[in-house]
Amino acid sequence: MDHLSKLENQSIYILREAFNKFEHLAMLWSIGKDSTVMLWLARKAFFGHVPFPLVHVDTTFKVPSMIEYRDQLVQDWKLQLVTGKNKEVLKRGATYPNGQATRVECCGTLKKDALQQVLAKHHYTGVIVGVRRDEEPTRAKERYFSPRDKNMEWHVEDQPPELWDQFKTDFAPGTHIRIHPLLHWTELNVWEYIERENIPVIPLYFANGQGERYRSLGCAPCTAPIKSQARTVSEIIAELRQSNTAERSGRAQDKESEDAFEKLRRDGYM
Amino acid sequence: MNAPPASSEQLKIVIVGHVDHGKSTFVGRLFHDTGSLPEGKLEQLQKIAARRGVPFEWANLMDALQSERDQNITIDTAQIWFHTAKRQYVIIDAPGHKEFLKNMVTGAAQAEAALLLIDAHEGVQENSRRHGYLLHLLGIRQIAVLVNKLDLENYSAARFHQIETEYRAWLQTIGLEPKVFIPIAARHGDNIATRSANMPWWSGPTVLETLDAFAAIDRPQNQPLRFPIQDVYRFDERRIFAGRIEAGALKVGDKLVFSPTDKTSTVKTIERWHAPPTDHAVAGESIGITLTEQIFVARGAVAALETAPPFELSRFKARLFWLGKKPFTQGRTYKLKLATQEVECSIASVEKVIDASSLETVIRPPAEIFVGRHEVAELTLHTKKPVAFDVHADVAALGRFVIVDEFDVAGGGIIVADNYPRRTHDAGTKSENIFWSRGKVTAQQREVRHGHPGCVIWLTGLSSSGKSTIATELERELFNLGRSVYVLDGDNIRHGLGSNLGFSPKDRTENIRRVGEVAKLFADAGVICITAFISPYRADRDLVRKIMPAGRFIEVFINAPLAVCEQRDPKGLYAKARKNEIKEFTGISAPYELPPNPEIELHTDQLSVPESVARILEYFQLQDDATAISI
Repeated sequence: MDHLSKLENQSIYILREAFNKFEHLAMLWSIGKDSTVMLWLARKAFFGHVPFPLVHVDTTFKVPSMIEYRDQLVQDWKLQLVTGKNKEVLKRGATYPNGQATRVECCGTLKKDALQQVLAKHHYTGVIVGVRRDEEPTRAKERYFSPRDKNMEWHVEDQPPELWDQFKTDFAPGTHIRIHPLLHWTELNVWEYIERENIPVIPLYFANGQGERYRSLGCAPCTAPIKSQARTVSEIIAELRQSNTAERSGRAQDKESEDAFEKLRRDGYM
Repeated sequence: MNAPPASSEQLKIVIVGHVDHGKSTFVGRLFHDTGSLPEGKLEQLQKIAARRGVPFEWANLMDALQSERDQNITIDTAQIWFHTAKRQYVIIDAPGHKEFLKNMVTGAAQAEAALLLIDAHEGVQENSRRHGYLLHLLGIRQIAVLVNKLDLENYSAARFHQIETEYRAWLQTIGLEPKVFIPIAARHGDNIATRSANMPWWSGPTVLETLDAFAAIDRPQNQPLRFPIQDVYRFDERRIFAGRIEAGALKVGDKLVFSPTDKTSTVKTIERWHAPPTDHAVAGESIGITLTEQIFVARGAVAALETAPPFELSRFKARLFWLGKKPFTQGRTYKLKLATQEVECSIASVEKVIDASSLETVIRPPAEIFVGRHEVAELTLHTKKPVAFDVHADVAALGRFVIVDEFDVAGGGIIVADNYPRRTHDAGTKSENIFWSRGKVTAQQREVRHGHPGCVIWLTGLSSSGKSTIATELERELFNLGRSVYVLDGDNIRHGLGSNLGFSPKDRTENIRRVGEVAKLFADAGVICITAFISPYRADRDLVRKIMPAGRFIEVFINAPLAVCEQRDPKGLYAKARKNEIKEFTGISAPYELPPNPEIELHTDQLSVPESVARILEYFQLQDDATAISI
């Protein structure tokens, strides 16, 4: 079996386990390439259907075309969309772009806290998230089924064993499980799969006329494009095969301090 | 940087060894030497080290978490990719600290090959042995032993051979044969990517050459078919049995037997989405199938070809390792997960508890039967329900299991060979107590509650329409699914509870009233009560419906044409009625009032008994509104 098919079959297996085991299940959809590939894999797993809602945490600072793309796919693929926003903080204006919060604080309230609010409101006990081990070191430590305590915190030093595809599906009341079907994929695999399956991705990933493209998508104020001439999926694949820079190099919040991202993730960030 | 490999093949490797024997340093060096480091990473870490006023360590590449940098130990299974000219590798940097054995097991369970590091200066240590034993238990057969830090031993060939001899002898006692021992000095890159000038005496392979010689492992296609059902979907008109083929292959037209319920059906289609349609599927594929005959099969069932089914027993021998904070103790029940099956299990007997490091038997007082944290045991497990399994050496995926204690996976094991009886279609063999119990539900077993509400499944229809047959079959099915269930059958009730009643309209009404009240008591006690009575009068049936809570009375109309029933006539009753030897016989000389809105209607002249039972079970599966129940 070829490598992409192996990855695909494993992800389908994980998604089906999640769907079987969690009555209140949702999938986080950031509109980026990874979670869109994950959405595609869900359609594979459930034979064209997506039998759970998609949660989009809207910081209101996303690039506007991301929202347009999102709403189009919701319509085309008949998706059930749930959006979450930290209205209180947005109203108070305690955000990074206006200088009322640091980048990391802003991520903490607009993404992490907003997510926590959505989970609480809908009583989700299983949340499917499209993180990958090769993205950055803390994600490399993840399990496929990763428990979060009542405060959404991740105890990286005391994770349950995970072997032979027997996942953690039993959990104490008040806690929830993050499910990571793409954990074993690399950035290159994601693009190879997008090419093989012809999955529609948002055009921001492709080089515009100015020789720049987004490699990783986030909020407009904290996400910078990279220099690139790659205008198609196959050109992106060729570029990545030669690249030696980190995928999230355009994401400013990771670099506020040596362990900024690690702290965010321990507290419940995706 | 190396040119990327042409092949998209990927090999998952695990790196194990005692704490401080240099695993993280080795990995950092491996990354550097294969040109796999992200640009700027090395410089970034060197800068951080300088800022802290400490020397740069290769190990910091992997140990990126704050707590690890502070404690200087790798605490979890990190996975990072690197590549050689041949292919890509995923490194699972497993930790060496004993406390984190569960992480080592997590990492190693996913690996296709292992590198085991031993510090040339310290020699073979506790975890060198324990990790070797666990690799063996986890089924990893491609192993290379790296004797590290030879720079601290003046690159001595004698020291290398001394360690090799000692460790090889130990591995032999557990039946493990490593592919190769390699002398290295990870810190300086000796014999990792290139041959070391410091060890001219070494003519064997480098680490990279050894890795490239390992084979990628696919799920086995040349073994008997094992297709564990993961879920059953009905998103559209298709009823799809979804799962991953763990071994073998299947194709359209194959006749499958589903263990442990022992039902058969034939593959009608193989379902995939956004993939070219094919009529076959092989091990490793997550697919769906539809069946020609509609049978009731749920998650946990294992489909196999009739010629080579798995074992189906509630007792088996295993070799188990325990990672839980609390010991694995006889007398307590645990959850056992094997493929997609989940059953309650307990320790039947412990043959031997072993210290995995020394391989010495742990001696305990006879009353203390348990397996402690980080111990390994040979034992016999007993499961509450039969489990479909294989011996691990034959079909790995069906021969390994985990044990869940409260909320966490706390141990794992493999099933070892023994003199297990093969399942046969001979019902006589089945009646042995370790096999399936067929409808002989004892009072004691009935006491076991399974967290479903009680209800009444009321079968109504003409004599010989199939009520009793379906009722007993449904009972067996529900019982096998772990439900508390009991059948009230027309003939049997009339021997006692209704013995003073005849067949006049008044007596029939009184008979059904009594049955209804008894059924209600059963339902109140939490039992699924199946009744099999002609119950010809609509008002009588509605009376029972009325005394039951909403949604707890499920009327099943067993609808077979009178002519069909009369032709079946197993008890010769219709013949007698025609000859007027029986008075007031329903359908001949007494009326049957059709149910206007039964919850389920079964045309038993068209449906087989298993199909009828499946329809009823499906009704419960598909219920989702609040008033209806799910059993």
